[in-house]
Amino acid sequence: MILTLLLIIPLAGGILSWMVARWSVLAARWVAMLATTAVFVIAMAVWLQNPAELGAGTRLIEVNKPWVPQFGLSYHLALDGLNLLLVLLTGLLAMVAVACSWQEIQHQAGLFHLALLTLVTAILGAFLAFDLLLFFFFWEAMLIPMYFLIAIWGHENRRYAAIKFFLFTFIGGLFILISVLGLYVYAGKGSFDYDALIGTAMPAGAAMLLMLGLIFGFAVKLPAIPVHTWLPDAHTEAPTAGSVILAGLLLKTGAYGILRFAIPLFPEASRTIAPILMALGAAGVLYGAILAYAQSDLKRMVAYTSVSHMGFVLLGIYAGNAIAIRGAVLVIVCHGLATGALFVIAGAVQQRTGTRELSRLGGLWEVTPKLGGFTLFFALAALGLPGLGNFVAEFLVLLGTFAASPPLAVIAALGLIASVVYALWLVQRSMFGLNVNELKPADLTAREVAILGVLAALLLWIGLHPQPVFDTVDKSLTTVERALPTGESYE
Amino acid sequence: MSELLWIVALAPFIGAFTLAIFGASMPKKIAGAVGCTSVGISWVCAVILGLNYTQPQEVSIGWINVSWLQVDIGLRLDTLSLAWMEVVTLVGLLIHLYASQSMYDEDGYSRFFCYMNLFVGSMLTLALASNLLLLYLGWEGVGLCSYLLIGFWYKGVVNCDSARKAFIVTRIGDTALAIALFILAWHYRTLGMQAIINGAPPVAATLVALLILGGAVGKSAQIPLHTWLPDAMAGPSPVSALIHAATMVTAGVYLIARLGNLFLASPAAMLAVAVVGTVTLLYAGLSALTQRDIKRVLAYSTISQIGYMFLALGVGAWNAAVFHFVTHAFFKALLFLSAGVVVDAQNHEHDIFKMGGLRRALPVAFWTFMIGAASLCALPFITAGFYSKEAILGAVHTSQAGAGWMLACGLIGSLLTAAYTSRTVLVVFFGEQKMEVSKRPGGLVVFALVVLSVLSIIGFVGWPKLHLGESSEQMLVVVSTVLVLCGIGSAYVYFSRRQLSEAFAAWPFGNALHRLSLSGFGFDWLYQRTIVNPLKAIAHANRRDIIDAFYTGLAGAARAGESLCKLMQTGRVRNYAAGLVFGAIIIAYIVAVR
Amino acid sequence: MNNVPVIHALIFAGALFAIGALGVIVRRNLVFVLMSIELMLIAASVAFIAAAAKWNQADGQVFYIFIVVTAAAEVAVGLSLLLRIHHTFKSVDSDDVSLLREEGER
Repeated sequence: MILTLLLIIPLAGGILSWMVARWSVLAARWVAMLATTAVFVIAMAVWLQNPAELGAGTRLIEVNKPWVPQFGLSYHLALDGLNLLLVLLTGLLAMVAVACSWQEIQHQAGLFHLALLTLVTAILGAFLAFDLLLFFFFWEAMLIPMYFLIAIWGHENRRYAAIKFFLFTFIGGLFILISVLGLYVYAGKGSFDYDALIGTAMPAGAAMLLMLGLIFGFAVKLPAIPVHTWLPDAHTEAPTAGSVILAGLLLKTGAYGILRFAIPLFPEASRTIAPILMALGAAGVLYGAILAYAQSDLKRMVAYTSVSHMGFVLLGIYAGNAIAIRGAVLVIVCHGLATGALFVIAGAVQQRTGTRELSRLGGLWEVTPKLGGFTLFFALAALGLPGLGNFVAEFLVLLGTFAASPPLAVIAALGLIASVVYALWLVQRSMFGLNVNELKPADLTAREVAILGVLAALLLWIGLHPQPVFDTVDKSLTTVERALPTGESYE
Repeated sequence: MSELLWIVALAPFIGAFTLAIFGASMPKKIAGAVGCTSVGISWVCAVILGLNYTQPQEVSIGWINVSWLQVDIGLRLDTLSLAWMEVVTLVGLLIHLYASQSMYDEDGYSRFFCYMNLFVGSMLTLALASNLLLLYLGWEGVGLCSYLLIGFWYKGVVNCDSARKAFIVTRIGDTALAIALFILAWHYRTLGMQAIINGAPPVAATLVALLILGGAVGKSAQIPLHTWLPDAMAGPSPVSALIHAATMVTAGVYLIARLGNLFLASPAAMLAVAVVGTVTLLYAGLSALTQRDIKRVLAYSTISQIGYMFLALGVGAWNAAVFHFVTHAFFKALLFLSAGVVVDAQNHEHDIFKMGGLRRALPVAFWTFMIGAASLCALPFITAGFYSKEAILGAVHTSQAGAGWMLACGLIGSLLTAAYTSRTVLVVFFGEQKMEVSKRPGGLVVFALVVLSVLSIIGFVGWPKLHLGESSEQMLVVVSTVLVLCGIGSAYVYFSRRQLSEAFAAWPFGNALHRLSLSGFGFDWLYQRTIVNPLKAIAHANRRDIIDAFYTGLAGAARAGESLCKLMQTGRVRNYAAGLVFGAIIIAYIVAVR
Repeated sequence: MNNVPVIHALIFAGALFAIGALGVIVRRNLVFVLMSIELMLIAASVAFIAAAAKWNQADGQVFYIFIVVTAAAEVAVGLSLLLRIHHTFKSVDSDDVSLLREEGER
């Protein structure tokens, strides 16, 4: 019931918000805010209540009802440690997304909130689904509202970006569908249920092909190089809330898909392909960082840092030992918080100065010290400053990777240097120097300070006390670890 | 009692946190008071801990517990960290007091103290950490504060560039250190300092030691990662005194001393440490000879003195290295602070040749600078610097690992030290006065200077005495004393006789040498050409993401195909009918042939 | 009738059809195009009648009736379209009526 509620609340909230917007836009915003808050509160309540099941590694809550029994399609939702964490993140970032569009979105605000909350519903569904076809349904359902968020409320080049986003992720989704159907046929149990399909025996070649299909779809979403190029455009053109959701949640569905489906369903094939994907991850870390440095558009720069950070995720997951995988999960969380915050900042800058072009910014610290301080803080989080969450995450990924492949760990560690280069460059070009363009933006409002303050506090908290996160996901990752018993010791 | 350790480390962090959140709305007096008080609390606790110190003690709470990896946030006090803790808190407190007055007219006063407190906290974390990951946290934290404080005057692009350079260059070393941490973690299955110190060193001990050396070289501004330190002088003087002289830059010395057994396991790594130290101390001494910026002279001098410490570490004389760290912290902080007074008094002029004759006008700065300079030169018997430097040279002389050429270089280094120090003193304080004194030091500034002066003289008390038993060691003292006096004398002669310096400048080779030394022997130039510019060029060349070209190419191909197919769509019925007919003919033909 | 070989009738029908098809392709005046279409229909009818005669079956003649009816309807529709086209474009040139092509690329 709770799980169904988690899906219904945002959807109903979205529709309600759309209808209410005819009379009062402010009321529509509050409806959306309440709906997202409800999602967060429910997830938080579940998290605070269930330490025993988390420790045992069983599913906390499960719903399993037949939906279209002729096709073996069931309405199977479940919550375990891994997706509980992501649902929490979803609730939080959805609140952030609603809050940060409070002033930015004036055009068709009701429709905007409908799209936003439908998107949140689809993301929650993708995280919760334990039926592969149901998962695919939610996976595809994420595309449509996101497409409209970019295409209607985006910036200058929004149509191009929206179509590019749609084509990439849609093609990726098709591959996922093929793999799901193939798995269904091979299993021969007439069911798309996760529990029925797991452990399906099949020829190695077929398993590899089907897994590649899944991986391709997930890698596009993650995004891993070389299928990342939709991301900078989509991020740059999306409205702030869209960028926050995109960076904080949509990319995570890719990582989640790998952890939940690609590896447990195809353990042998995953083991075979792990070195290649690790190499892609390490390359992504460096490649994204180098590209980020060269960008002159604030949002584009942050977008490429996402590519770099998601490289850590891919690297950590396929390094395969307990440390690296937990590091990867922590990267997922921390990247969501830090990059989400950076997009909020980029949105605030654009709204105030009318530009995202770094060469037209500069010297903002003097006029907007709060904005400057937060920019500095989240840039430091992005570069992995110890004491903040990203450091713990990246350190664990690199430490774990070192056992699986020392050279790749070293290459990815070079990304640490590159991240300093781009993060400091970002801060310097936007905040430091003389205010030559005589920009006179207003400093952050109390609402924005609250958003960023919460995100900053969370990052600091995770940096100094990450254990609750590890305890939450610990047991639900054992299937992944068992599937990839690589690299437990480097010697 | 050991719970006081928490207070030592946390008090500055709490101060920084308070200033970060409420600093903007605080009156300056309160902001300064918060900044000084937090460090003061830290110092008082450190002193109490120091007076009651009998054996190592440790406090910790959990941090990361994943699989086999268990890392605590733990602080451990032993003799080594005790020395660092006392120096950092004491010098930190004095510099905070100094800065609370000297920085009073600056914008961003509370921001300054926020960063300074953050620095002291991070530095204490670094020194007290009971495991390498927490040490790494402090290590990066001080790097961050160094970045923030070099770029404190953020409106100047040069300052920001220098700050970034400092962070990036040290981060290169940090990454090497991080890789060393990975190897150690997998080898020992822990990052706890005690387990690593007492355990059997890993197979790849040389590699690990060299990686750690990489980290130390970056942080301590040794060759080849030293180029950031001279530029770091863009920051305010108290910052240079605290971070870039007394404490942070010696973190590398601390790290190597801390992990000494890893280095002892690898003679090659020890040799590398000694060579880095020796080369650096000579190199920096030579560069310091010609600098015109008073703070750059001191920066190169710092690099050179840390070179001495590395030399001591390289020959296994941990004690001598730490001793020199302590005395150096006192006298170099003193030098920077009195240089700060001079710079403030001369309208922020850094060029020593535009100063002069400040002996009368700024007596406090003159006398304190003289004391600091004497200690830096290691003037025999009356200065702390003498004892620590003799300890190092003696260790190089007696140690198995020490070589004759290292000793020779160390001695030449003292000659150079004496020469560039006296040059600075002569040019700045003697001769005729060229500029009016615009600002005089206040009470707190004088207080800090006087305390540091006293410490620069008596800083050797409590350390093992020099034993001048063997005649060779007596000879060493005599030789180094003579060299120091020679250095001072040559500087005096060079600057009192104009024609000598003019003749040197007129001599082409001398001129070239001068320029080479002034530019720090072209390291910046070299790195710019061989590393920075190519990387920048690559990044900018790929600005639009070459991979995306594939997809835009795909889109282009689709578009080309579309326009090709579109040619058939003329919109004319006749053409369509013709197509129909030809199609029918072809089908008819195929049917007929079959 | 029987002394005319069926092949002659078929050749005649083919030629008639070819003339009609050529007319549709080359003529630009829509009136002629319509007439050419009529020619093609007639060609088909001739073929049917020839076949009916050959096998002594009435089906061909039934089809002939069908074709005549269709042709009448076609002419009615065609001419009325022609009138509308003439009204809209002030022309009965088929090349002027190329609206299926994208705008601006004529």
